[in-house]
Amino acid sequence: MEYLYFPGCSLEGAGRQYDESLRAVFRALGLGLKELEDWNCCGATIYMSVDEATSLAVSARNLAIAGRDGGRDLVAPCSACYTVLLKTNRFLRESPELREKVDRLLGEAGLAYHLDVRVRHPLDVLVNDVGIQTIASAATRRFDGLRLAPYYGCQIVRPERGFDHSEFPEAMDKLFGALGAEPVYFPVKTRCCGGMLMTTFPEVALDLVRELLVCATENGAECILTTCPMCQVNLEAYQDRVNKKFGTSFAIPVLFFTQLLGLALGCEEKALGLQRNLIPLKLRAAA
Amino acid sequence: MRQRKTVPGSLPPRERELRQIFLREVEVVPGGDRLSRCLQCGTCSGSCPVSYAMDLSPRAVIALFRAGLIEEILHSRSIWICASCYMCTTRCPQQIKITDLLYALKRVAMEKGLYPDRFPVYLISKNFVRLIGRYGRNHELMLVVRFYLKHKPLELVRLLPLGLAMFRRGRLMLLPKRIRGVAAIRRMIEASEALELPREEAPVQYVPGSVGYRAVGALPERAV
Ligand code: SF4
Ligand code: SF4
Repeated sequence: MEYLYFPGCSLEGAGRQYDESLRAVFRALGLGLKELEDWNCCGATIYMSVDEATSLAVSARNLAIAGRDGGRDLVAPCSACYTVLLKTNRFLRESPELREKVDRLLGEAGLAYHLDVRVRHPLDVLVNDVGIQTIASAATRRFDGLRLAPYYGCQIVRPERGFDHSEFPEAMDKLFGALGAEPVYFPVKTRCCGGMLMTTFPEVALDLVRELLVCATENGAECILTTCPMCQVNLEAYQDRVNKKFGTSFAIPVLFFTQLLGLALGCEEKALGLQRNLIPLKLRAAA
Repeated sequence: MRQRKTVPGSLPPRERELRQIFLREVEVVPGGDRLSRCLQCGTCSGSCPVSYAMDLSPRAVIALFRAGLIEEILHSRSIWICASCYMCTTRCPQQIKITDLLYALKRVAMEKGLYPDRFPVYLISKNFVRLIGRYGRNHELMLVVRFYLKHKPLELVRLLPLGLAMFRRGRLMLLPKRIRGVAAIRRMIEASEALELPREEAPVQYVPGSVGYRAVGALPERAV
């Protein structure tokens, strides 16, 4: 199976190890992953607050390229990209008026919108296309007894009813459970990490991050798994700020789920970008 | 909140103008017309992780809109604190697209310039849009540095150690990448701006008619 790949801007910067580990995991499972040609920024949550038609057209340019290149499934690992692309797709499918407008704008770029492109999150692809059993039997390493907090963040399960429950998703819990790990009780698994608020209203975002860290550590998690570059940075890079502000002493590793999955599939640590994490993961001797 | 005298059945001109922009913005949101079905149950406010920091809860935003006080909403910081987590939208028993409505309100505020000076969200959005028009992609470093330079320069000093740590690990792209299609993107943006001509008539089908001020101004009553 071959997938088209939309890395998104963050995966070229702060979320680089997500890009590396995602490619490594797909390779290890024998899945094709072809980067979308000359992709552009999806518009994130910001463009939508400025102008709707323009933001939809900018984001639809990617869907148009995917369609032109014969892609059906476009894999978008960043939660914000995933939601924006998915939403663009739905808006354009549901509203002929918008579609006409956006199509006209796309015409300026020599492109046209394609109805049949599907936007997918890699977690969805791995759990539902490949299957947990297949992955578990391909694994060369297990994480018996590793207590982890699977954090999904807000956007991959909302607002578009997608591949998992919108408040209590379980895809990651099951996937890593099959590899021996123990997902801890983590009721805040889809609570917001603050997103861009970390820059615009840091006091509010630091509160949110603190709550997530408290819940993970008090329930005994040794690491947090994320599916989004924004969540990863907020939870990992701002732990220091949280500690300073609230007098806490958090030092919990925050990994992209593909990094841990890659370890299970026997990928090299370097290929998974583990050296890029600010707080290193210390695994007990491999079983 | 400022008290204003409003005669039921009529709206001050300012309110009418803002309302028209809002309705135009909301018109394109699929399902945006469900606004009038709000039960004022408060599920949205109770589910919102940041409502504690808002001066108007999401429920109150809807109530004020229906009471014809859009300007009060635009002066609040609530719409800017929304982190777009969609919890309210997921839980609303009336399937009201609250997050999308808040986006629409943000667009009205942007269009009318109704936000404090050097307002963080506005600054960041403006820079972001500029970056996309210039490179086709976002560039984290430029976005953040420009923002802090204007908004709170001292913060940059505080963030320096973090920036260095990220840089050492190869997680900080120093220069932006320009995509090949950037000229095409600019053409799209320009063409879109040309399309955005103000309309003669406001779309009327979304005016809530069942609560508060009925038959708002010149707008006809909504069939239930
Ligand atoms: S949850 Fe929905 S119905 Fe209830 S107050 Fe909020 S918008 Fe209104
Ligand atoms: S989308 Fe905005 S208003 Fe709704 S729950 Fe999330 S932060 Fe609150």
